[in-house]
Amino acid sequence: MSLLRAALSDDLPRSRWLAIALVLVVLGLALAPFAFPGAKSLNVAAKICVFIVLAASFDLLLGYTGIVSFAHTMFFGIGAYGVAIALTRMGGEWSAVAVGLVAGLVVAIVLAALIGLFSLRVRTIFFAMITLAVASAFLILASQLPQLTGGEDGLNYRLPAVLRPSFALADGTFLGVRLNGRLVDYYLVYVVSFALVLLLLRIVNSPFGSVLMAIRENPFRAEAIGYRTVVYRTIASCIAAAVAALAGALLALWSSQTNPDTTLSFDIMVDILLMVVIGGMGTIYGAVLGATVLLFAQNYLQDLLGIASQAFAGVPLLANLFHPDRWLLWLGVAFILCVYFFPSGIVGSLRSSSGPRASLSARDASGPKDLKS
Amino acid sequence: MKRDWLPWLLIPAVGLLALPLVGSLASWVTLSVAGLAMGLMIFVMASGLTLTFGLMDVLNFGHGAFIAVGAFVAASVMLALAPLMGADSLWLNLGAVVPAVLAAMLVSGALGWGFERAIVQPVYGQHLRQILVTTGGLIVAEQLLKVIWGPEQITLARPTALRGAFLLGDVAIEKYRLLAVVVGLLVFAALALTLNRTKLGLLIRAGVENGEMVEALGYRIRRLFVGVFVAGSALAGLGGAMWGLYQETVTAAIGAQVIVLVFIVVIIGGLGSIGGCFVGALLVGLTANYIGFLAPKVALGSNILLMALILLWRPQGLYAVAKR
Amino acid sequence: MPEPLLSLRGVETRIGRYHILHGVAFDVAEGGLTMLLGRNGAGKTTTLRTIMGLWRAAAGEIRFAGRDITRLATPDIARLGIAYVPESMAIFADLTVQENLILAARAGPPDAKRLDWIFGRFEALKRFWALPAGNLSGGQKQMLAVARAIIEPRRLLLIDEPTKGLAPAIIANMIAAFAELKDGQSTLLVVEQNFAFAQQLGDSVAVMDDGKVAHTGTMAAFAADTALQQHLLGLGMGEHQ
Repeated sequence: MSLLRAALSDDLPRSRWLAIALVLVVLGLALAPFAFPGAKSLNVAAKICVFIVLAASFDLLLGYTGIVSFAHTMFFGIGAYGVAIALTRMGGEWSAVAVGLVAGLVVAIVLAALIGLFSLRVRTIFFAMITLAVASAFLILASQLPQLTGGEDGLNYRLPAVLRPSFALADGTFLGVRLNGRLVDYYLVYVVSFALVLLLLRIVNSPFGSVLMAIRENPFRAEAIGYRTVVYRTIASCIAAAVAALAGALLALWSSQTNPDTTLSFDIMVDILLMVVIGGMGTIYGAVLGATVLLFAQNYLQDLLGIASQAFAGVPLLANLFHPDRWLLWLGVAFILCVYFFPSGIVGSLRSSSGPRASLSARDASGPKDLKS
Repeated sequence: MKRDWLPWLLIPAVGLLALPLVGSLASWVTLSVAGLAMGLMIFVMASGLTLTFGLMDVLNFGHGAFIAVGAFVAASVMLALAPLMGADSLWLNLGAVVPAVLAAMLVSGALGWGFERAIVQPVYGQHLRQILVTTGGLIVAEQLLKVIWGPEQITLARPTALRGAFLLGDVAIEKYRLLAVVVGLLVFAALALTLNRTKLGLLIRAGVENGEMVEALGYRIRRLFVGVFVAGSALAGLGGAMWGLYQETVTAAIGAQVIVLVFIVVIIGGLGSIGGCFVGALLVGLTANYIGFLAPKVALGSNILLMALILLWRPQGLYAVAKR
Repeated sequence: MPEPLLSLRGVETRIGRYHILHGVAFDVAEGGLTMLLGRNGAGKTTTLRTIMGLWRAAAGEIRFAGRDITRLATPDIARLGIAYVPESMAIFADLTVQENLILAARAGPPDAKRLDWIFGRFEALKRFWALPAGNLSGGQKQMLAVARAIIEPRRLLLIDEPTKGLAPAIIANMIAAFAELKDGQSTLLVVEQNFAFAQQLGDSVAVMDDGKVAHTGTMAAFAADTALQQHLLGLGMGEHQ
């Protein structure tokens, strides 16, 4: 028990239901290849792992530091393209993975530091706008450099031998599942993701994390006490960028193809935003649940909507409203409702049985509006 | 506080700098008109955004929704009036375009009113939630557009009289771009007159500077803000309609595409400044077109470069609005 | 005794997590000039802002001309005939002097006679009529801020530190203007640090200490009681500027 407590950096779920949900996710993902055999479900499980890391790193910014960046997918993409480009150029070797990983991390951290120092000294809104502009420019850049990035089509490459489907870990099957490179790949993604989430938990529960939250509550006060808010926020966005790049690298290692749509697009950014807010900002656990729920919805809510749509087949607008492709509409509505009524998302709702928690509105309410110039 | 004309001089400076690089005068004129047209359309879309920010510290990340709605409504009206659009007479053409534009502004304005009440009002003064909620509004609005108009893009041909180009010697000027320039300048003139010559305009400018004092003088700034929000949404609708005709296609993503340019313009101009917004829009339009001609590869990144340069020169944008 | 024009009872104001006013209570009689005195941080500015509705009173009651205004919005409070000159002056720097006064005159274009009277007192405003107010000097800005409050007759003027940083000649003009306003129908509540100025103009005083009103009475009596001054305002109040 104390080992578990240490692994979670003393940041326990503090709610039976939340604990159960988390255990379900962790165990479900651990057993996914055997419990839910099939290429599609394995793919969904791996993506859940990757997006948990990505969303958790975004939560470090949004929930813990109180800044909104629309450039988070850019760092995700940098990590993915780093590995993808290296694997394409150098062939399917681990040395290529290492080179790509390091290059991606360096680029991501340097870029995050530049953007942070440049624009974090001003206001939340300004930063959000600038990151949106930079991210859109980067997306265009990626499609404008086909020699390097493969343009719109992206890159297809060979993974290191151990991760290829043709690699056999052992002869035959275990519980009806072939023990091949895909399985190795999946558990690589799973273990690294698990470790990264624990790392993020460690960071947000460290003294550094407390300073971030103090800055989020009241930047002027934190500055007055002597914390250089720009420096702390910039470091936080560098860490978030680095973790996002690692998540990107995991995605590149999983899917053996990397393109703008799956790594850089604004759609992915919207997904992360939904995951963190619906899951619960400022909790890390929220990212875990949010990513799981959203990817489930993305892959399975469509089927449900299809049924509803058929029920309304005769009614023109209603049928469209429940069209399987409109799943984002419903999640968008859920997102808005979350921001208004459940600022701490699913995690907050699960925890609320164990006493009310500080809501976002309480901590976000801006300080005194002063007439003095 | 002297009148500061330096940013305005940037516009001719950029033009003159581009002239020797472009080389041919004819191409330069064509590019300049294209740049001005693009810049003015962006200005029309951005003007409301910058003013609502100045007045109430509200930045609506869902502003793109009004642009998209304007484009769709205008497209629907024009498609319904296809015979007028195809007629070989400017007047008949305008008989379709004018109602289309008016409908676009009306619907966008009405939507803006609803958006302000339902989405923006509950989160005044809370920037983080404001960004989140208005972004959520954009997501939902984009999906609803697909519900109503279907997920496919709509192709929209310009009316007969606005196709093709005027030829002045060897200079070709597209008719539609000229119209866009005229409309954009009219909007700017109307806004400038309102802001400088009417009491309402004085109130808006005073409110941008110090809303609290405007209230202490006995004016309800909330009402003023709602009015500006609705007007800004209607202008975004107008800009969307113009942009749709310019691109000759309309998709649900149009708002998200253009909003990036709009944000860049608002940042360059200085949040809250209408004059800065105008200068910024023209600079963005011109550089995008010149660089698009000179070095197509880097054209789309040129806006970011422009923004970075201007922020290095003036970190608050061209015109920093004196705030509280 | 007639009902006071303005009365505060048990007013509590919190700003964020700070509790600034702890049950402020005092009256302002109609037609006089009441000086609101106190050390820095005693809560004088917060009191004016709370009357104006710029901060919300968490508890207590504020009555103006027989009406409860505690929960009214700032514009509605202003429209009852209360004008406010904040310590920061809050002039609109981007607007000209003329435009500043046009906005301040709610009923319509500024009255020519009233304007002449203001120009008589604050000549600089006439000289810089068409200039952006941001170009004015500190003293001229203060004149404009006061002019904005008195461009139309108001029943109650709330003025926060009108003499701060002003040259003596301008202070004399300010004193004359306030005296004339008092002779008209206006009632004034003035926050002041300059005790000489306060003593010359004030009819009555309310002295604040630590978020409460610690003393009320006539100015004459307070001016005579040096021990009380010492106690409530600290040493060297005469030189305090």
